[in-house]
Amino acid sequence: MKPPKFEYHAPTTLDEAIAALGRYGGDAKVLAGGQSLMPLLNFRLARPAALVDLNRIASLAYIREQDGQVRFGAMTRQRTIEFSPVVAQRLPLLKEATRWVGHLPIRTRGTIGGSIAHADPSAEYPAVLAALEGEVVARGATGDRVIRAADLFQTYLTTNLAPDEILTEVRLPAMPAGAGYALEEFARRHGDFAIVGIAAVVVREGQRCTMARLATAGAGPVPVRLRAAEEILEREGLGDAAIAAAARRATELVDPDADIHASADYRRHLAGVLTKRALTRAIGVARG
Amino acid sequence: MSETRWIGKSVKRVEDARLLTGRGTYIDDHPPVANACHAAIVRSPLPHAVIRGYDLSAALALDGVVGAITGEDVARHTKPFSVGVTAPIHYYCAATDRVRFVGEPVVVVVAKNRYVAEDAAELVQVDYDPLPVVLDPERALDSTAPVLHQAVGSNLAGHRRLVYGEPERAFREADVVLSERFSFPKYGSTPIETYGVIARWDPLDGVCTVWSNFMGPFIMHPLTARVLGLAENKLRFIVPTDIGGSFGIKSSIYPYIALMALAAMRLGVPVKWIEDRREHLLASSSGTDRVAYREVAACRDGTILGMRFKWLDNVGGYIRSPEPGCSFRPTGNFVGPYRFQHLEVDASVVMTNKSLTGPNRGYACGHLYFETEGMMDRLADRLGLDPVEVRRKNLVQPDQFPYRTPTGGLYDSGDYPAVFDKALELARYDELRREQAKARAGGRYFGIGLALAVDPSVSNMGYVATALDPQFRAKPEYLPKSGAVDAATIKIDPLGRVIAILGTTPQGQGHQTVVSQIVADELGLAPQDVTVVDEMDTFTRVWSISSGTYSSRFGSVGTSAVALAARKLKAKLVDYGAHLMELPVASLEFRDGAVRPRSGKGPSYSIKDLAGRAHWNTESLPEGMEPALQATAVFGFTVAKAVDAEDRVNSSNTYGFIAEVMAVEVDPETAAIKILRYVTVHDAGTIINPMIAEGQIYGGALHGLGGALYEELAYDEHGQFLTGTFMDYLVPTASEAPPIDIAHIVSPSPLTPLGSKGLGESSSMTVPAVIANAVSDALAPLGIWINELPMTPSKLWTAMDRARRAGAPTVRTGVSEPLASFSGHPRPKPASRTPLP
Amino acid sequence: MVTVRLNVNGVAHEGRCEPRKLLVDFIREDLGLTGTHVGCEHGICGACTIMFNGEAARSCIMLAVQADGAELATVEGLMRDGKLHPLQEAFREHHGLQCGFCTPGMLMTALDFLRTNPAPSDREIREGISAVLCRCTGYQGIVNAVRAAAPILASGR
Repeated sequence: MKPPKFEYHAPTTLDEAIAALGRYGGDAKVLAGGQSLMPLLNFRLARPAALVDLNRIASLAYIREQDGQVRFGAMTRQRTIEFSPVVAQRLPLLKEATRWVGHLPIRTRGTIGGSIAHADPSAEYPAVLAALEGEVVARGATGDRVIRAADLFQTYLTTNLAPDEILTEVRLPAMPAGAGYALEEFARRHGDFAIVGIAAVVVREGQRCTMARLATAGAGPVPVRLRAAEEILEREGLGDAAIAAAARRATELVDPDADIHASADYRRHLAGVLTKRALTRAIGVARG
Repeated sequence: MSETRWIGKSVKRVEDARLLTGRGTYIDDHPPVANACHAAIVRSPLPHAVIRGYDLSAALALDGVVGAITGEDVARHTKPFSVGVTAPIHYYCAATDRVRFVGEPVVVVVAKNRYVAEDAAELVQVDYDPLPVVLDPERALDSTAPVLHQAVGSNLAGHRRLVYGEPERAFREADVVLSERFSFPKYGSTPIETYGVIARWDPLDGVCTVWSNFMGPFIMHPLTARVLGLAENKLRFIVPTDIGGSFGIKSSIYPYIALMALAAMRLGVPVKWIEDRREHLLASSSGTDRVAYREVAACRDGTILGMRFKWLDNVGGYIRSPEPGCSFRPTGNFVGPYRFQHLEVDASVVMTNKSLTGPNRGYACGHLYFETEGMMDRLADRLGLDPVEVRRKNLVQPDQFPYRTPTGGLYDSGDYPAVFDKALELARYDELRREQAKARAGGRYFGIGLALAVDPSVSNMGYVATALDPQFRAKPEYLPKSGAVDAATIKIDPLGRVIAILGTTPQGQGHQTVVSQIVADELGLAPQDVTVVDEMDTFTRVWSISSGTYSSRFGSVGTSAVALAARKLKAKLVDYGAHLMELPVASLEFRDGAVRPRSGKGPSYSIKDLAGRAHWNTESLPEGMEPALQATAVFGFTVAKAVDAEDRVNSSNTYGFIAEVMAVEVDPETAAIKILRYVTVHDAGTIINPMIAEGQIYGGALHGLGGALYEELAYDEHGQFLTGTFMDYLVPTASEAPPIDIAHIVSPSPLTPLGSKGLGESSSMTVPAVIANAVSDALAPLGIWINELPMTPSKLWTAMDRARRAGAPTVRTGVSEPLASFSGHPRPKPASRTPLP
Repeated sequence: MVTVRLNVNGVAHEGRCEPRKLLVDFIREDLGLTGTHVGCEHGICGACTIMFNGEAARSCIMLAVQADGAELATVEGLMRDGKLHPLQEAFREHHGLQCGFCTPGMLMTALDFLRTNPAPSDREIREGISAVLCRCTGYQGIVNAVRAAAPILASGR
């Protein structure tokens, strides 16, 4: 299990990286934290002509607040996010989700940009991006473009990033103060990708729900926003009956596949169970 | 018997300092030979195909490639391995004319490093003609199934019907007869260190030296020599001091030893191969997947009269020795801890297009007890008895030891009721039942499982012949087999310190520590005065066919050899002391590290005194005494006898006992299983180092839990392998490991000098049973019996969902029947059970 | 071929290798530090875990060239003044190892875990060391060792 041969570039600026990527016309791969790409190389399931390693581009690692958003440089490590006070304050859902990402030595290397660009539908960060209606910035030879979460994920491990584009920034709107949140995940072992995960955010005014967000991990080829289930809560409030109705609706909104870990029916069922649990916990911590 | 200042103590391990500091010597660490080239193996991508030809040109043209060998070389220059059955199955160290499972070795490429070897392996072209595939052992016996080995004519590698006592009568006379179908998954050992082999051929002296992390049994050494066409004293096996875990699987490395030896011989360079994880999961070894049909015949009071086992053991594409141990390894303890005398075993060993099988921690006992203990609970349920009661009624009693089982086992010692009681007491069984009643009233799925097991250690290699017909064994040319032997050498240096030399192959069991404790006690020294050398080398160590560190044998056979070697030396020291003191031997004894008058009066000679004199002044030795102070002892169990004409065999030499209680709760929504309490009580005779013993229990239990809940080597319906990564083959992590309450009862073995038995496999053989029973009990309100592993949440939820949709259960059904269809077969539940005759 | 200059356990090293060479192979083969082990080569088992610029990382899913200019620590560098590190001592005391193959990765992971969580609960210890697979111990001895080492390490800084 040794990687095949490839050319290797470790630019120190983004422009150099984009130029390097451009030279290979789609045959190069961007190496971020490497926690997914390197195993694929070792299994020889990926065989790019070249790797463009972003790890030496210092300007791609940052967390800053701007325009009501928290903006992450693509190379911000998951572990940095886990311990970031800004994230704890503005994006507690992301902090909670980070603890579900792999294991400690994975998170020291793994990056937010890499996790999202890899687009594993079982992963936590894509679900959070979907739930929070975040966006990413992609830079190519012709400049930057901003891609909304809903447009980014195409199918399994596939985004609409062009081969010569690099995801440079992830933007997540700061969660409203007092918003309730939870990420409920069911996996066979600690640290595994989710069989199903549900990210939930609720903003309440008494028993009224002014905003509900629900997004899935592991319940289809891309993270799914459960808009119709959210609407039930926004319409009917946060009582048990509404939660139950939203959970039921969630099972109808997902179209999961079967694999060796779980049947499609079980995943669909879990989407409902975890929606209920995530909402119950989110409502429990919501203020307002 | 000397005083035991060290035996029984949790002495810290001498192995740890080097292993904690990165100075272990594992196979991949220190190249024992200069300029070794690296091998990569081209493996079959197809589960079943004819090999039409090879094209190596691109691979051989690659810079850095030394050469390659193919199945043609294998067919021309090696012989097939001997197999444990009489069917004409030609099992070579790589595929020759046909591939029979995904991952089967086809070509070996050797290059200057592993990177280039893998590059070259990708360039090898093999032309295949695909053949139809069969994976399920029952399907494989259909007349329409594709046949893997034309010469055999079917996929049945072997079949035995073993009859002990009068099972027909037992079933005729029974008040109640129950039957059930079980299926047990294919799972492996997955030590964190994979296989590794380094082979060097010296054409001038005709010696092939192979370093590997082979764990024994060394019966595989003569088998491999024969395959390579070498005299046994021209094939040298060396095993490094440190092996990174095995749990049975590294017994099955020997075909790779032959393959790499052949590569070294053909290509004229030393060849090193370190298996990667994908190869390990794909094609190293595993336990069998088994379909079992069980029947039990019992009286209405719960007394078991007899049982019937019908097994289909899936050994994969070939049968590799020591298979069919999957069926016969536990022959002597087929009846477990129960007294019934009538048993019929119908064992079919079946070949399919899956990877090959072999020993995996608890060799075949996980299967055995999953079925037997499952039947005990079904019997209790049927009779309206507590599962404790139905077990107690049938246990072998303390006054029956040594107990001869109907299948030939000789249980050496034990007090099964005491161990069972201890487990129930520790688990607070009655309290658990009360909690359960409360939980059930609240709609929760709370269950309590029990499992009892006779823990067989130190296999008598004679068991393998149970696979052969008695008529075959009766032929004059047949050589009977038996034995369980290990050796140790102890040397005392001129300052009275000791070097002990073993030929064992420990994989983490702490042999150096344990031996230092034993020798320290025997010779009145401190453990740090004893240096233990443990690096197996077939050219320099004393060994025999059954040597090796497998089948939990060190705890009784290896330790016995050490104790006996020390005692030989002590006797010599007493003789020498008597000569120096001019006193009769009978008036002296060896005590507290010195030869002393038994009277306690008069001078004594310390071991240091005696050693100095004996080494520096041989004139001081009595006439006829051999100079130097060293002794080798070879310990062999005399109870290890060949299988008899009635298929009875004492398949192990020491037999411990395990009693377990587990409480679980099943999440009604997700079907996740939570372990609330887990108690395991062991009787492994004298325990030399409790810390090490408990470490074995913890590890064994988690391995069993892996098989019960997480681990399965899975294939799709086309025979493609689905679990080639650690993302898909789920080894439990610390988060999945339950806390365990462990206790011991000690019934010393009368057969070993120290009274010890093995316990390395321990709870790996009971956990599948105890957790399946606990989950069955939890799901009793839904009418579900667990009869298939692993219990994945998805599978379990499907069964629960179906049961809930069907409404209140009128019958309790299995999770599956037939395989994976989850339909279940009717079983009367207590409330509506059919009247007893 | 690329040149890799790095510092391992306080010692400067330089080597040349192909860009595709895995960091763990470089550490073992080029630097001769065989204490770091290879268990799965896909970043799951954790046997190859080292400290990379002060943080635990899997060296089987990093390239050697990525370590150019980095500070690494491996199991060989844990001893101080000829004595076992307190965490190593705790593993010995609590039977936190059997075959020893996962141990180097387990030690490095536990060290980084305790750095950010100096007083963990058992549950947290189990989650923390879930990053490394062990087949021998059932993890109990390791949990005990990490729990015992935590206050010693915490008081030492």
